[in-house]
Amino acid sequence: MTTRRFIAPSAAVWLLLGAAYFILPLVATFLFSLRQLQTGHCCTVASYTWVIHNGQFWSSLRLSVELALETIAVSLLLYVPTVYWVHLKVPKLRPVLAFMALIPFVVPPIVLVVGLLNFYKGTPIWFYAQPWGFLVAAYVVLAFPYMFFSLDSGFRAIDVHTLTEASQSLGASWGRTLFQVILPNIRAAALAGSFLTLAIVLGEFTIANLSQFHTFPIYLQYVNETQAYAAGAATLVSFGITWAAMLSLLFVGRKRGARASVVAGAR
Amino acid sequence: MGTVPFFAYIILMLFIPAGEVLVGAFKGATHGWTTSNVSQLVHQPYLHSYRESIEISLVTALLGGAIGLALAYAAIRDGTPRWIRSMLTTFSGVAANFGGIPLAFAFVATLGTIGIATQFMQRQLHLNVWQGADLFTKTGVEIVYLYFQIPLMVLVIAPAIDGLRREWREAASNLGANSWQFWRYVGLPVLMPSVLGALILLFGNSFAAYATAYSLTNGNVYIVPVVIGAYYTGNVSSNPHLAQALALGMFVVLAVMMALYIPLQRRAARWVR
Amino acid sequence: MAFLELNDLHRSFGGVKALNGIHIGLGEGEFLSLLGPSGCGKTTALRLVAGFDRPDAGAIVVDGRDVTRVAPNRRGMGMVFQAYSLFPNMTAASNVEFGLRIRGRNRSDRRKRVLELLELVGLGHAVDRYPHQLSGGMQQRVALARALAIEPRVLLLDEPLSALDAKVRVQLREEIRRIQLELGITTLYVTHDQEEALAISDHVAVMYGGVIEQMGTPSEMYTAPATPFVAEFIGTMNRLEAKVVDASTGEVEHGSRRFRLDAARGRRNGERVLILIRPEALEVSAAVNGGGDLNTVRGEIITHTFLGPVTRVKLASDGTMFTADMPPARAAALPVGSNVSVQVPVEGPKLLSLADDAPVSAGLDGEDR
Repeated sequence: MTTRRFIAPSAAVWLLLGAAYFILPLVATFLFSLRQLQTGHCCTVASYTWVIHNGQFWSSLRLSVELALETIAVSLLLYVPTVYWVHLKVPKLRPVLAFMALIPFVVPPIVLVVGLLNFYKGTPIWFYAQPWGFLVAAYVVLAFPYMFFSLDSGFRAIDVHTLTEASQSLGASWGRTLFQVILPNIRAAALAGSFLTLAIVLGEFTIANLSQFHTFPIYLQYVNETQAYAAGAATLVSFGITWAAMLSLLFVGRKRGARASVVAGAR
Repeated sequence: MGTVPFFAYIILMLFIPAGEVLVGAFKGATHGWTTSNVSQLVHQPYLHSYRESIEISLVTALLGGAIGLALAYAAIRDGTPRWIRSMLTTFSGVAANFGGIPLAFAFVATLGTIGIATQFMQRQLHLNVWQGADLFTKTGVEIVYLYFQIPLMVLVIAPAIDGLRREWREAASNLGANSWQFWRYVGLPVLMPSVLGALILLFGNSFAAYATAYSLTNGNVYIVPVVIGAYYTGNVSSNPHLAQALALGMFVVLAVMMALYIPLQRRAARWVR
Repeated sequence: MAFLELNDLHRSFGGVKALNGIHIGLGEGEFLSLLGPSGCGKTTALRLVAGFDRPDAGAIVVDGRDVTRVAPNRRGMGMVFQAYSLFPNMTAASNVEFGLRIRGRNRSDRRKRVLELLELVGLGHAVDRYPHQLSGGMQQRVALARALAIEPRVLLLDEPLSALDAKVRVQLREEIRRIQLELGITTLYVTHDQEEALAISDHVAVMYGGVIEQMGTPSEMYTAPATPFVAEFIGTMNRLEAKVVDASTGEVEHGSRRFRLDAARGRRNGERVLILIRPEALEVSAAVNGGGDLNTVRGEIITHTFLGPVTRVKLASDGTMFTADMPPARAAALPVGSNVSVQVPVEGPKLLSLADDAPVSAGLDGEDR
């Protein structure tokens, strides 16, 4: 094996075929979205105007974004102190947490929602019937593996003990230590986990569908079923948002060198 | 202990609901225990659903795994410019998350009956791709699933390919081996635990997927998640315990997958150090 | 006729010239070390010999045959890498027999040879262990056995001991040499550790910036460095910039002082030179008032560094820093701050002519290639 100076031909073939398969549907969606309703042919931006002026589009998108932000806030509030505590005081629990982070693969949203709907049926309306109660609670669980693996690698990259002991020897309380010392140092990991959560919540359909809330993906499906060409525009917008989230993740990761594990979300 | 809030939450929001499902599968419509729901799983039409689900998952796992491996290796190996790998990883990160509703639509726009590609092939190449069938079938679902299975494979297997140390390739060459011999004796054996682990991950990912198939086929391809969903969204006779039994079945399949996955991961980590 | 020849090898990476015309010849059974800092080109040269890279110009000849265009898996050379080269999915025995398996030897022959070799490197008891169950030193022994199994014409080693503990390094380098002598294999060894190179080689070639600064026996390299870089790289050396003032008597002028040195006789008056004095050559004693000939200077001890067999003493004399080695007992009698007399010997020191662009200081610079 000699040091190669140029790309291997077989590699080039695979990469080109791969690029074609992945880009084609996006191109097709774009072309589709430009079709005129009357003739079924090119070219008009009517679909995009329709999307931009559509009230339901924006209200469902807003709901999803709000839910995402709420999920991120609750997740950080719950998981950051937990992972910090485990790294600092009870490292033996770390494998337990890592194992638990694999559970959502065994109890996927479709199974989880069945249990959740049943178990929480009797709870008060302000929780059960509101997206920011029930749905966020479920999403925080969905976010757990992604938050955990991001935060875990972030905490592993810093010397938790030294930072904490240094902070406390200078007189800081636990809260101050957590917010002013620890948090800034795992900022990249926390951001990475947050962007992943954002992508997941914006694309989550299963739980929302079965519990009948009107989130963005639900609305997209509705458009798919009713307005073919407009659905193209809406799809591209959705794809664009996911891209933006992932690119932000890459940008954040590059800045601080935090490695986030990027695994599949919306299915 | 500082971990109490966390465990309390997980127990409340994950373990108990999951437990509900597993237990509820054995309850009857009126009070009392029964195995009638679970036993129905091994009969039609539910057996057919599991077969469909498992078949789709196997196909997309194997195909997605093979193609993902080839793509990842093509991007990482010597000679390929570095930027290609970055692009592939970034795109895979997005594509692995680009599932569900938007993805289903994108493929309808491409390969559906009035899709761009379908029409192009019909008019310019005079090829009738579907020959009477269409995208809204099991095969169609498989084609669409590959769109997030392949990137998932790329993301998962890339670190393992990185772990293939250059020294092994060079040492093998120095000792007289050609490319084939290297892959046969060293490369593939070392990659195998990671590849198997990744395949299991892909299988689970496909098996659990709901949104894509639902959107694509409007509930006409009866994979298990869609059948479960039907009890909650459709006007099917409401026997929640049957839905729970179906969920239990899924849980069993996935738990078996997990049990196989964990030791494989350990093996893989040990060699590629 | 050399057994292994590297003829005028050139290799560039991007804009950087990693090898700029290297000529090396090894006789059969000879052990030659390529010694130099990171980025000097020694590993590049080795990889060219192994076949993992192609030179831009030049040739590699083994036993009269030009192998420059031959694929690496057909050159009949055995290579030991710096680390991590054992196949992780195979036991030590399977690793060692790999080359034999490729060559189609039958099972019993292979087994016999494998056991023989593992015994040779002292690992007869670890035959069925996996690499992750072996220490670093043991892994390198297996790597050596594996390279020897195919009965190579040339043995190549790429800093095989760099990743190991100090004690293991010393032990293992002696074993490598012992085995090499026993089997009589022509060996090319790359290292950045000058002590290692001097200890086990027949010849040493010091490289810097893609060229060979000097090639010779270890003793020659130590006592008669040919360039300032070599002088600095091998061992510790006092280096004083001076000017020849009287070539007939051998007088040189350094700053405000003069020394008489045998090595200055016969040189050109006014020539700029570098005086090289080994630390063990300087005589240091408690200062005596008055007297003292030309080669005696007075100074004050600045630091002591205890090295075990000697104490290394730094002393300052009129703006010049000297480094001297002496037995620890004597150093104890001359604590920091003592006034001392330093005797520069007339015979020992070497002189190097200073060209305007000669690299005077060596160090860890340059990019790793």
